[in-house]
Amino acid sequence: MTDASATAAPDAMIRLENLTKAYPGQAEPAIGGLSLEIPRGEIVVFVGPSGCGKTTLMKLINRLIEPTSGRIVIDGQDVTEMNPDELRRGIGYAIQQTGLFPHRTVAQNIATVPRLLGWSAEKVSARVDELLTMVGLAPDTYRDRYPRQLSGGQQQRVGVARALAADPEVMLMDEPFGAIDPITREALQNEFLRIQRDIRKTIVFVTHDIDEAVKLGDRIAVFGPGGRIAQYDTPEAVLSDPADDYVAEFIGSGAYVKRLTLTPLSRVAAATDWPTVPSSADREERVAALRSADRDFVLVLDGDRRPVGWLGRDLAPDDDRLTGNGLPLLSSLGPDDTLFDALNAMLASNADVVVVTGEDGRYRGTLGMAAIQELIHTASPAAGAGPERAAGPAPGRSDSPGTDSPGKEVR
Amino acid sequence: MNFFDHLAGNYAEVLALTGEHVVLVLQGLVLASLIGIPLAVLTYRAELPRSVVLAVAGVFLTIPSYALFGLLIAPLGLGTAPAVTALTMYALLPVVRNTVVGLRGVDPAVIESARGMGLSRRQILRQIELPLAWPVIITGLRVATQLLLGIAAISAAVNGPGLGNLIFQGLSSAGTPFAVYLALEGILGIVVLAVLADLAFAALNRVSTSRGLRVD
Repeated sequence: MTDASATAAPDAMIRLENLTKAYPGQAEPAIGGLSLEIPRGEIVVFVGPSGCGKTTLMKLINRLIEPTSGRIVIDGQDVTEMNPDELRRGIGYAIQQTGLFPHRTVAQNIATVPRLLGWSAEKVSARVDELLTMVGLAPDTYRDRYPRQLSGGQQQRVGVARALAADPEVMLMDEPFGAIDPITREALQNEFLRIQRDIRKTIVFVTHDIDEAVKLGDRIAVFGPGGRIAQYDTPEAVLSDPADDYVAEFIGSGAYVKRLTLTPLSRVAAATDWPTVPSSADREERVAALRSADRDFVLVLDGDRRPVGWLGRDLAPDDDRLTGNGLPLLSSLGPDDTLFDALNAMLASNADVVVVTGEDGRYRGTLGMAAIQELIHTASPAAGAGPERAAGPAPGRSDSPGTDSPGKEVR
Repeated sequence: MNFFDHLAGNYAEVLALTGEHVVLVLQGLVLASLIGIPLAVLTYRAELPRSVVLAVAGVFLTIPSYALFGLLIAPLGLGTAPAVTALTMYALLPVVRNTVVGLRGVDPAVIESARGMGLSRRQILRQIELPLAWPVIITGLRVATQLLLGIAAISAAVNGPGLGNLIFQGLSSAGTPFAVYLALEGILGIVVLAVLADLAFAALNRVSTSRGLRVD
């Protein structure tokens, strides 16, 4: 038995024990004696270069590839010997090429597993509409379309809906957002996180893109050559404390910049000492506010305390730009934007501060360059937690101080 | 007396022989499908059996038809039996080949996702692979039909049924006044049947293929 089973966490949803896959005629096994625990309700990302065995390991979980030896335990049940078709009906499966059935409508595609499980027609059709709505496709418009009548991004949404159809506890996803343009891809990733916040599935997600892994994973398993897992830990820990030179090299340059994407602004305290003035204030009040301000700009807030613009201290008292909303606000960032977005906005507008708003769009405060620097060096919860790099449960991202991460919304 | 006068006087026989011709071709086509499609399903995933089946069906097609009909007299006697047997052998290649090509042409990602969702091997074949291969299989049947409509004329040489009888009658009475008319009536019947069969297959393809597979 291995370390992993000795320290078995009670809430491990998937437990792989000493799993080996060897192909005849090959000296080295594709996967050799690998043990891994995947906690319930988390997204675990298998990341690594092509041919590192990450897809093989994923397919071992639903036995699309049969293991040579070892055990697979899902939700406490040893599934190594059970009927593979029945096993797979209980596990959601989505792949990069979507594999949608071209001769069946969107609704029929999504209904595949519920039909196999013998659901009633009404239950199936209600579920189809529910899922289409969840993935952002209007049921009335898309239900009866065929896959070829959908864009690549829409096909992926249907693929994810189909994988979720029978409400499986476990989902396996093999680069589901791989072959999609970057903008659609980001939208899909954000939606995926939003959906996962509600459904809390145990998800194994395979990608070769470390940025995607960092963005989506509660934990990341970095695969090295020969089916070896070089590091299995939270994204913070992988980025701040790579296990070895291989992991460091795989992360590539810019580990600190990547870490910026891990912290949503909702988890950041915004400074509230910036001088503001209500948009209802008249010219004299505005001039007075500028005089007393210790900054070069004063922020204008409307009646609902939404930031609307800036007043500059260099404006003469009779300048027209002193009235109205002032200079336009180049950017304000919501709770779902990250430190990365904040830094990017600063660089884009050549400012050293950005305005942060709450969920309702109201002013929450400001965030400065110095604050970001400080945050990235002090506020990484997993930094220095090196010894915890075993397969047991470690504090996930959502356990960090502050409010529970609301994830990202579609923009 | 021109050709049309002759046809007007002979139309009852022409129609009866046309009916026989259709039945003969359908028998060959149905038998070839009943043998060929299962053979293709059984062998399309295995390299060696697939090559053997396709090679044998290919050899059948290369045997000169006059010779094959004649050779079959020894085991099967005269009449419909050797004719249907020979036609079945000729139709096998287009039926088997197109079924194999159609099944092998199904996107592997579609199969993988079907397996990943827990469809059994049999369910994948019935619900996914055969429907997706169907347009290609139909094309095979269409080609086979055109082929058989022509070759079926030879069955008259073994006392079989069909429009071949008009052609052989004409050929054997070469030099007599209406010899050419007889042969022409046989040929005309076959050409008309070929055109109708093509239309029928186009219609069948349209109604039996999923809208999701149509390229329009």
